[in-house]
Amino acid sequence: MAEILVLVDHVDGEVKKVTLELLTLARSLGEPSAVWAGPGYAADAKAKLAEYGAEKVYVADDADIADHVVAPKAELLAQLVGSASPAAVLIAASQEGKEIAGRLAVKTESGVITDAVGVDSDLTAELSIFGGGVNVKSRVKTGTPIIAIRPNSTAPEASQGAAAEERVTVSLSDSAKAARVVERVKQEKGARPELTEAAIVVSGGRGVGSADKFSVIEELADSLGAAVGASRAATDAGWYPHQFQVGQTGKTVSPQLYIAVGISGAIQHRAGMQTAKTIVAINKDSEAPIFELADYGVVGDLHTVTPQLTEEIKKRK
Amino acid sequence: MNIVVCVKQVPDTATERKLRPDDKTIDREAAEGVINEICEYAVEEALRLKEAHGGEVTVLTMGPSKATDTIRKALAMGADKAVHLVDDALHGSDGLQTSYALAQVLKKIGFDVVILGSESTDARMGTLAAMLAERLDAPQLSLANKVEIDGSTIRIQRLTDYGFDRVEASLPAVVSVVEKINEPRYPSFKGIMAAKKKPVETLSVADAEIDAAKVGLASAATEVVDFAVAPPRAAGTIVKDEGDGGVKVAEFLASKKFV
Ligand SMILES: Cc1cc2nc3c(=O)[nH]c(=O)nc-3n(C[C@H](O)[C@H](O)[C@H](O)COP(=O)(O)OP(=O)(O)OC[C@H]3O[C@@H](n4cnc5c(N)ncnc54)[C@H](O)[C@@H]3O)c2cc1C
Ligand SMILES: Cc1cc2nc3c(=O)[nH]c(=O)nc-3n(C[C@H](O)[C@H](O)[C@H](O)COP(=O)(O)OP(=O)(O)OC[C@H]3O[C@@H](n4cnc5c(N)ncnc54)[C@H](O)[C@@H]3O)c2cc1C
Repeated sequence: MAEILVLVDHVDGEVKKVTLELLTLARSLGEPSAVWAGPGYAADAKAKLAEYGAEKVYVADDADIADHVVAPKAELLAQLVGSASPAAVLIAASQEGKEIAGRLAVKTESGVITDAVGVDSDLTAELSIFGGGVNVKSRVKTGTPIIAIRPNSTAPEASQGAAAEERVTVSLSDSAKAARVVERVKQEKGARPELTEAAIVVSGGRGVGSADKFSVIEELADSLGAAVGASRAATDAGWYPHQFQVGQTGKTVSPQLYIAVGISGAIQHRAGMQTAKTIVAINKDSEAPIFELADYGVVGDLHTVTPQLTEEIKKRK
Repeated sequence: MNIVVCVKQVPDTATERKLRPDDKTIDREAAEGVINEICEYAVEEALRLKEAHGGEVTVLTMGPSKATDTIRKALAMGADKAVHLVDDALHGSDGLQTSYALAQVLKKIGFDVVILGSESTDARMGTLAAMLAERLDAPQLSLANKVEIDGSTIRIQRLTDYGFDRVEASLPAVVSVVEKINEPRYPSFKGIMAAKKKPVETLSVADAEIDAAKVGLASAATEVVDFAVAPPRAAGTIVKDEGDGGVKVAEFLASKKFV
């Protein structure tokens, strides 16, 4: 069976859930080979990749790879596409993932599909475009199909793989090192599930009113084991860090449940959450466009409705 | 400094966007064409760099003839001139081909900085800056919420999943911006009038030394096989809070097994 390369998405040595989804998907397309790029590779990571079916793990863990923007990872993958002739390359459709996919496509003269929500066994990709309004099937005609997959599209299922380790040396070209990361600034925000991976997301908008009041959102999220998101109005106001922004220029989330609190539902916000399975809205304005999407909505003041909801959830546990 | 800003015309997101049943490409006639929102931020940043460092701002657009409206908008904001790559041969080009075509034009007109938006509202690939950097062998400074140029050094803040990276490179460079970077100016009446007289150079595929066999629908590396309009979402239940709104949501969540 042909190899399917899966680029591992990892933070601080930990394999992100989306990678397990991609490995699960890859098993239905061929033989998954995980590709580890950058420092942090250790036994735990290898075990995780094996558990979800990686037959091979290509490891290139030089620090250099992470010290430059995007290009080194594309270079590594291009080298592997050359040597392993995979049937496809799967990458998480994060902003960086899509950029890696783009550069890899140019390097290998291959077609690239971004933001797929599924891939059939013949490598036809499924997409949901125009804010969920149209479903599309696309395929790559030229080169090695490079497909960026939206997180939360496949349910991860364990199935032991051999995870045979193969060390890879990449000698990065000068152009791959052209954009140097000189400092990394982390703005952590608690130990909640990762926004794009969470099954439930609770987001707050301008209606929340202040950074302090975001505790109302956080408490609801914690009662549900959910991630916290925010509208642009809330991130621009500095109430919540930008990386929690949901929408056109923020994260695209497809959780089982999305709760929008004090968010009007502007088109740019909807672009990032419209494919959530179930949508709940709390907003004091009955005309707010978010209600057009909501499966359940309450017209009311979020400062009373939300804490009551949190209490009620705690009671029911 | 020679600043080129890539601007895309997209169907207005406020209207219903469609694919054409015949060749399965986006229907650019059905909806009004507007400037891709984030491209306005790219134009604004280009103008600010010019104001700080001197030079010229050139707008670059690949698109059908009606894309001139979008070009005029960018000129009205204050860009100096424009290059419009327009040719029927380009119809249906995918990301790989679009990046090739734009790179050919950029090689021809030259640049110190190319500025793009981080993502378009129609195809939403979010890859063009990365692809252009690859093709032009220039540093990729994408997803910037801050750009600074100091002599031949360019520094950005690149937004990441955990915060941001400070990134540094030498010019020439390819930059993409997010909407947090600035507040785009409104074209003034004077600006709108002046834009009518600013030079817009039209390039065909041949003019830009683009191999016609490498662009357009027939030779695209990707293909839309099939599409269907998604069934509309079933209308939800909207209730007014009568003091028990939170309890009601909890009941709904329980009925869906979330609690
Ligand atoms: C290029 C570009 C990119 C963008 N990208 C994004 C993006 O990625 N994500 C994003 O979210 N936006 C994005 N936007 C911004 C978007 O257009 C909206 O401005 C933004 O989503 C509004 O946020 P909001 O809903 O929180 O605020 P508002 O639109 O101001 O809505 C606040 C809502 O809260 C309600 N409210 C107020 N007080 C209460 C209360 N006490 N109880 C209950 N309800 C209350 C109000 O009725 C209102 O509906 C982008 C815009 C541009 C131009
Ligand atoms: C719904 C839909 C889905 C598509 N999916 C795919 C796909 O999966 N794979 C694929 O290869 N192609 C795809 N395409 C084709 C794609 O539209 C074009 O290749 C497009 O030119 C590049 O994609 P983008 O606009 O998403 O670029 P993005 O990378 O999102 O655009 C970022 C920036 O690039 C600049 N830019 C983009 N296009 C132009 C232009 N024509 N002129 C000047 N500047 C520009 C702008 O500054 C813009 O802000 C799709 C098209 C549609 C309509």
